[in-house]
Amino acid sequence: MNLSIPAFPLEDIIEAVIAFLTDNFAFITKGVSDVLETGINLLQDGLEFLPPWLVILVLVFLAWRLADRRVAIMTLFGLLLIWNLRLWNATIDTLILVIFSTGIAIIIGIPLGITAALSPGFNRIVMPILDFMQTMPAFVYLIPAIPFFGLGPVSAIFSTVIFAMPPSIRLTCFGIQQVPGDLVEAADAFGSTRKQKLFKLQLPLATPTIMAGVNQTIMLSLSMVVIAAMIGAKGLGGEVWKAIQRLQPGKGFVAGIGVVIVAMILDRITQKIGRGNSCE
Amino acid sequence: MSEKKICVRNVSKVFGPHPERALKLLADGADKEEILEKTGQAVGLADTSFDVYEGEILVIMGLSGSGKSTLIRCLNLLNRPTAGSITIDGEELTTAGQDQLLRIRQSKFGMVFQHFALFPHRTVQQNAAYGLEIQHMEAAVRAEKARDALKLVGLEGWEDSYPRQLSGGMQQRVGLARALAVDPDILLMDEAFSALDPLIRRDMQHELISLQARMQKTIVFITHDLDEALKIGDRIILMKDGRIVQIGTPEDILENPSNRYVEKFVEDVDKSKVLTIASIMGRAKVVAYPKDGPRTALHKMRDEGISSIFVVDRDYTFRGLLTADRAAEAVEHHRKPIDEFYERDIQAVKPDDPVNTLFPIMAETAKPVPVVDEDGKLQGVVVRGNLLAGLAEGGSNR
Repeated sequence: MNLSIPAFPLEDIIEAVIAFLTDNFAFITKGVSDVLETGINLLQDGLEFLPPWLVILVLVFLAWRLADRRVAIMTLFGLLLIWNLRLWNATIDTLILVIFSTGIAIIIGIPLGITAALSPGFNRIVMPILDFMQTMPAFVYLIPAIPFFGLGPVSAIFSTVIFAMPPSIRLTCFGIQQVPGDLVEAADAFGSTRKQKLFKLQLPLATPTIMAGVNQTIMLSLSMVVIAAMIGAKGLGGEVWKAIQRLQPGKGFVAGIGVVIVAMILDRITQKIGRGNSCE
Repeated sequence: MSEKKICVRNVSKVFGPHPERALKLLADGADKEEILEKTGQAVGLADTSFDVYEGEILVIMGLSGSGKSTLIRCLNLLNRPTAGSITIDGEELTTAGQDQLLRIRQSKFGMVFQHFALFPHRTVQQNAAYGLEIQHMEAAVRAEKARDALKLVGLEGWEDSYPRQLSGGMQQRVGLARALAVDPDILLMDEAFSALDPLIRRDMQHELISLQARMQKTIVFITHDLDEALKIGDRIILMKDGRIVQIGTPEDILENPSNRYVEKFVEDVDKSKVLTIASIMGRAKVVAYPKDGPRTALHKMRDEGISSIFVVDRDYTFRGLLTADRAAEAVEHHRKPIDEFYERDIQAVKPDDPVNTLFPIMAETAKPVPVVDEDGKLQGVVVRGNLLAGLAEGGSNR
């Protein structure tokens, strides 16, 4: 059946907007991209230059300090398995991408979440945008990333940040909003300024919820970093992508197990940090 | 009377985005429901005026929804009045800028809340120091002041606990210490004792009165309980539907109720609603357990100078009464647990019963009467002395 009404040129409009932005701003984003990429490559090369057992020991120590002994033991055996499966370099690449993306997502997301919690007007604007960001299929973010940042890790980070940031914003906002009203009233009654209220009451009480948001952001980053292999992010996702193209199920699953191990380690450590704070 | 501390003039509070029409209707004498129907705006306060004098305890009382909480929140502008003027020591509050408002809240007010509103992530000490911390007081000084305030409310030694580790009564003491630590001129107490058990509540009322005798603060106290109002108020404001119905001393209000509404309140008082057993009972200071030996029980009685003792389970479920005679008998017979020596058939009363249920019981026996709640737990004890003192105290209010 043919529609007689012409299609609304949404496609053309979006492309025109992106083309305009690329023409005028791509030189900036490309510049940022180059600098960031150099940094990422240096870090990756540096970590891969170190002997894996040393890196594993450091990570196990971190897991032990940040979480507990059980998580440390899990980290030790998980990373040894990854090393043995010859996935060491790919895992390091993935870890660094996840750390960069999560870092950026949190640095932007938590302040946005705080603002959304304190300003109803901002909240009304931000929440629908978050809904949009979260329901849009993740692959779509890959496409505009390329003209701005080129093929490679920075494009991967860009689309990952967009995909993984919403929980940080949402749960920061939620955590602050769920601070009981009578406590906020008490803080007001003693003449607290907005800043004092935020730092002495709202943020401390919201910390477990905010950490739950950070945990989700890390998990989403990890899943997106794998997908971003399609636009040239290397790492474990790259191994999976290669396996798909060459139809090698064994190789695919092995890389997949590497992703699962990294996910479990990151998840347990961040969960423990969140709970540790709530006990105080 | 002494100086005026707070002057409230023609203050109205309308909740809703467009209060103008509601205000106009109010001025024409419309009541709360009519305005809600016509404009969709909720009236919290309608044209209230009164003064608070320095050093007095002013009780604002009324049923829930009468506007008393709205009113107390207007005094420190937690609620911004829609119309009217409020001055504190001659300083107009309703037109104050944000900085001025914060300064007034910091220096003039301490507030105590119905559900304590303690900060769960801070220790008792840090809670008490909160108001001082807000004023950027030096850490050492504020720690000392917070400790002093905690000492004042009897919480020495609990500084490093967290609020959730404390009982309700103790939590409210922390709330009180937090308010007192800033050494405010005015204490605002919003149903401060309403969430507490009757006995603890009575202790706190007494304590507040004795604290006030020493500190001479100006206290605005909200309650829905006339008994409490009569007990602690120098003056009482009665509210209904956002309007002040009567202002006066407890005697004024009981003797010359200004209208039917007040009269009904006061009638309830005469029906001994004020004097429930909970309000006159004493604490059962010592109890014996069924597994105790008779010597232990006798020893407990001797220590307290009483001639009989209540027997309860470990969870305070009431079992019976052991008299000194029976205990002595048990000692003579070398019988170990007091299990078979105490009387089980003891008439008990409930804390919410009116006092006059006690009269027939008291006429028959000289033994103490146990006060037992619905779950069968021992709450307190009434002896003749309690009853007489309670009646005398209640009577003097009338």
